[in-house]
Amino acid sequence: MVGLEHYLTVAAALFVIGIFGLFLNRKNVIIILMSIEMILLSVNINLVAFSSFMGDLTGQIFTMLVLTVAAAEAAIGLAILVSFFRNRGTIDVEDVNVMKG
Amino acid sequence: MTSSDFSIVLPEVLLAIYGMAALLFAVYTGKDKLAGLITWVTAAVFVIIALLIGLGGSGSNVAFDGMFIDDAFSRFGKVGVLLAGAAILVMSYDFLDKRGFAKFEYPILVLFSTIGMMVMVSSGDLMTLYVGLELMSLALYVIASFRRDSVKSTEAGLKYFVLGSLSSGLLLYGSSLVYGFSGTTSFAGIITVVQDEVPVGVLFGLVFVITGLAFKVSAVPFHMWTPDVYEGAPTPTTAFFATAPKLAAMGLFARVLHDAFGGVVGDWQQVIAVIAVASMFLGAFAGIGQTNIKRLMAYSSISHMGFALMGLAAGDALGVQSALVYMAIYVAMNIGVFAFIMTMERDGQPVTDIKALNLYWRTSPVKALALLILLFSLAGVPPMLGFFGKLFVLQAAWSAGLTYLAVFGVIASVIGAFYYLRIVYYMYFGAESEPLDKTKAPVAYALLAVSALIMLFGIINMFGVDGMAAIAADALVK
Repeated sequence: MVGLEHYLTVAAALFVIGIFGLFLNRKNVIIILMSIEMILLSVNINLVAFSSFMGDLTGQIFTMLVLTVAAAEAAIGLAILVSFFRNRGTIDVEDVNVMKG
Repeated sequence: MTSSDFSIVLPEVLLAIYGMAALLFAVYTGKDKLAGLITWVTAAVFVIIALLIGLGGSGSNVAFDGMFIDDAFSRFGKVGVLLAGAAILVMSYDFLDKRGFAKFEYPILVLFSTIGMMVMVSSGDLMTLYVGLELMSLALYVIASFRRDSVKSTEAGLKYFVLGSLSSGLLLYGSSLVYGFSGTTSFAGIITVVQDEVPVGVLFGLVFVITGLAFKVSAVPFHMWTPDVYEGAPTPTTAFFATAPKLAAMGLFARVLHDAFGGVVGDWQQVIAVIAVASMFLGAFAGIGQTNIKRLMAYSSISHMGFALMGLAAGDALGVQSALVYMAIYVAMNIGVFAFIMTMERDGQPVTDIKALNLYWRTSPVKALALLILLFSLAGVPPMLGFFGKLFVLQAAWSAGLTYLAVFGVIASVIGAFYYLRIVYYMYFGAESEPLDKTKAPVAYALLAVSALIMLFGIINMFGVDGMAAIAADALVK
């Protein structure tokens, strides 16, 4: 029997993989975008699992909002990445370093 | 869904309709030739809506089953955000126009992000919180990389986008945990579940939510995006980042902590106190080595956020009141300083090195004096308004029994004064160097003068902001 905790574990694992993908990745900014998407999807799994186990629809409505916003966010992220690539000629994470901070 | 719900969200609806109409109008007619017109009309609409909200609103109303709250607190935040947005818009037009970047999308993006901020301070539910925050952030990512032919600007946009999305992800994961373990997403529902004892899942969620919000107010340890984004983004965008979104995010912070977790002050008080101390000290120390005035203002804003968070850490109505007053003063000071930074140029090119201000008083004594007043106010030197802001948060922390926090605050404020006073030193006693241009920017200079005068004459009664903040805080903290 698959219970709530199994869903939560999968979601937590995806979330942690996403965070690590963001920080450990030294190669490509596209991978960062994928990691962000993964974090948002892990949240969706969480919300749908809670919603279904509590018999409360709110979580699924929240998921719809998150999906919509994630799509807009990916569009903006890619647009910024394209204009960065035009200026810099590369999208390696190591080359995002004109300013040191 | 009744008409009374819509009458409560009317200001936001009007702004959104105006934004879409302006966008369509500009696309089908003059495009970028209309940039100046749209900038001024948008600023006028901001001021009108601010007056409408400030004078017309009364009492506490909720719309859409408690998802959207209109009370004195949200009205305070909205009026502040709208006025700051209007000031930034009118002063940035000259700067953008001179560099060929006066595009009509700029004021419209600022408008949409302002609607997001208004939703944020009014949110009564984790869903409205998230949607408002994203509406604000998505527009801000775009205006950070607005100079799309500049490496620095696009890099700033990219960094802001990546770290901003990470923070929304953290906030969202926290929201999902809070929802799962308390069974509701509405703040009113959460506060009834979370009394006295917090379920451990909700506590986890709370930590994630605080992390996400700390990113947005650029509090330590989630501040690392701030200097790079401030330096790389075009100066008008930096000015906007430093004012309205900070006010809105701080308002949202207070809203979540008191509306949803007001029953368990002890559980979040220590966390807020720690990030407040860390922000104050990091901002004070790291600003010392900076020579770029935009980077310096970034560290200055980190330090100021620490002081405002000190007010929130007090965890009572007095604390919220002091944080609101502090934010209002902070926004007024930053509008003046950034109005000045926008006019800093040599041979027509913008300069951001603080050494460019060497002996500035010889060429423009009045402007140098105005900047001196603002810098003293930022540093918290007594006769200026900035000092009273600091005094107020210190009092709030003291009266809440957080004596150590008040002591750290005083020490950090003394250390932080160094880099503001160094700019004053350069202006009056610096070495000989090529002077700055006498830029023609009447709007920016007018705002610089107004801001400096507020810092001087605000000490009489703070223009009533103090009393309004008290009403706002009482509406929030029950």
